[in-house]
Amino acid sequence: MLTGIRETRQDKIFLTLNYIYVTIAFLLVAYPLVYMISASISNPKEVASGAMWLFPKDITFEGYERVLQDQRIWSGYANTILYTVVGTAVNLAFTIPAAYALSRRDLVGRGFFMGTFMFTMFFGGGLVPSYLLIKELGMINSMWALILPSAASVWNIIVSRTFFQGTIPSELQEAAQIDGCSNFKLFFKIVLPLSMPIIAVMALFYGVGHWNSYFSAMIYLNDSAKYPLQLVLRQILVLQEMSAQGSGMMDGSAASALNNKAEVAALVRYAVIIVSTLPIIIIYPFLQRYFVQGVMIGSVKG
Amino acid sequence: MRSDRRRRSCVQEVKTANRQQTLYKPNISRKRWQKVWRNWELYVFIAPAFLYFLIFHYGPMYGIQIAFKNYNPVRGVFGSPWVGFDHFVRFFESYYFWDLMWNTLAISLYELAVGFPIPIILALAFNELKHKRFKKLVQTVTYAPHFISVVVMVGMVIAFLSPSTGILIRFVEWMGIDAPSFLTSPAWFKTVYVLSGVWQSAGWGTIIYLAALSGVDPGLHEAAIIDGANRLQRIRHINIPVLVPTMTILLILNMGSLLGVGFEKILLMQNPLNMESSDVISTFVYRSGLENAQYSFSTAVGLFNSVINAFLLVTVNQIVRKTSENSLW
Repeated sequence: MLTGIRETRQDKIFLTLNYIYVTIAFLLVAYPLVYMISASISNPKEVASGAMWLFPKDITFEGYERVLQDQRIWSGYANTILYTVVGTAVNLAFTIPAAYALSRRDLVGRGFFMGTFMFTMFFGGGLVPSYLLIKELGMINSMWALILPSAASVWNIIVSRTFFQGTIPSELQEAAQIDGCSNFKLFFKIVLPLSMPIIAVMALFYGVGHWNSYFSAMIYLNDSAKYPLQLVLRQILVLQEMSAQGSGMMDGSAASALNNKAEVAALVRYAVIIVSTLPIIIIYPFLQRYFVQGVMIGSVKG
Repeated sequence: MRSDRRRRSCVQEVKTANRQQTLYKPNISRKRWQKVWRNWELYVFIAPAFLYFLIFHYGPMYGIQIAFKNYNPVRGVFGSPWVGFDHFVRFFESYYFWDLMWNTLAISLYELAVGFPIPIILALAFNELKHKRFKKLVQTVTYAPHFISVVVMVGMVIAFLSPSTGILIRFVEWMGIDAPSFLTSPAWFKTVYVLSGVWQSAGWGTIIYLAALSGVDPGLHEAAIIDGANRLQRIRHINIPVLVPTMTILLILNMGSLLGVGFEKILLMQNPLNMESSDVISTFVYRSGLENAQYSFSTAVGLFNSVINAFLLVTVNQIVRKTSENSLW
């Protein structure tokens, strides 16, 4: 826009500074990401000494080999995929119909339902009463403890409701009703086919949420065979419990072996970060547009 | 936009008119029931979500009463004996009360002071970029950390700041400074926490502001240019005022969770050595409640936390409503 108007000198200085500023911000965010990838395939000695600071040096895939041999990672992956798929399906089944009903102006009690839902955004029972409830319901150590307590989010219901209000013309619905279409038929035959964008956005938001969550698994699951990936990562990355295979490294003088072990452990950590984030890294560029769309729909006050 | 608002206000009028009618003509309420009956399927749609909120959100609220009782698992929530405000008093009088309050408030305010303005500045800067492809690249990359999980994020912080192999430690030493032990010293905990949070979420935070900026009428800028305004002046007098409503709403929402700070991340970053500056109310609730099974005491502390949050939210909203046109409700 506004071509043909010459920039003044001040504007040029401002623009240059702005480009420098944005470039710095860009580098600050990008550098750790690039470094992680490089560190995961570089010789751990180069990484530890700081010789590897941007591009991979002395490439090795030992970290990945060790990660892929780790049984915990595989079972964590399998569990997370299961929880994410089932959880997201439950989320959609709870969110979309409710949001549609709330988008209807002729729903008697709309304000009551909205108020009931919104109140939970600002006040809740807290950690212990929630835990006791789950225990009372007998869901401890079951997959459902990770899925049902977060079956719907008020925010996402509001976002979907805004979408239904904004994109599905009410004339269309009225016309269908005059022709004798029931609400069920209206929802499944007319509204749902028109709502694929919002369903996709919601599936993404909920899906990423399930993929990344660790806390409910930490408090509700005792059986490590049921642990999702994030909880396994917590053991490896945060609690720094390395897999038993690391002990095979103990040869040579004890000191250097110990040192070596620490370096390999660091290598494994970088590799495990990449492996666990890989699915999101792969799909991210394709889905970014939808994520952004979702945030925008939500930001329009309805 | 305006016509939409007008339509909404019309709807409002009709609604209030209806309500007034119900006062005078009772047979309208029968009509209401007919309406409910005609749309019974909509209640089937909303029922699962309604039940969900009732059970999993209002259910725990019923459990709050154990904050005023001595919870006994055998006798249940209802049957446990009342003790009044004992647990609250014990918490307020404990020696760690002020430490917890200070840490919680300090981390929140630090986060707010650094984390709130940065997305706004970034959005204003992105908005001035003229190379479309560069803009797209920068945005794609700065959004990306948002999708990294908390666990991985903390894992990255630990890896980068590890005294033996961390690249940031190498960098600090290369600059000739004795590197402090970032992860184990109380003095650095809050800074590491806040800055890593900014790294992760600043880019994502720009989305809403960029959306608001894209709605600015280009005519305003054209007129300003003709009047001789330079870029900085245009940003100050056109772009920033456009962002103010969005800023207020986000600020109010942030205030509501002031004492609820990123609990899951703090829990992961905590270790015995930085505890004195990393322990906040919510991590304390987790430890005393779920790890040490002091159910009633911990519920009382959690309730104290929620009540202050709700109070802050209402207060800030009230202040904002008095001083500007914008508010959450």
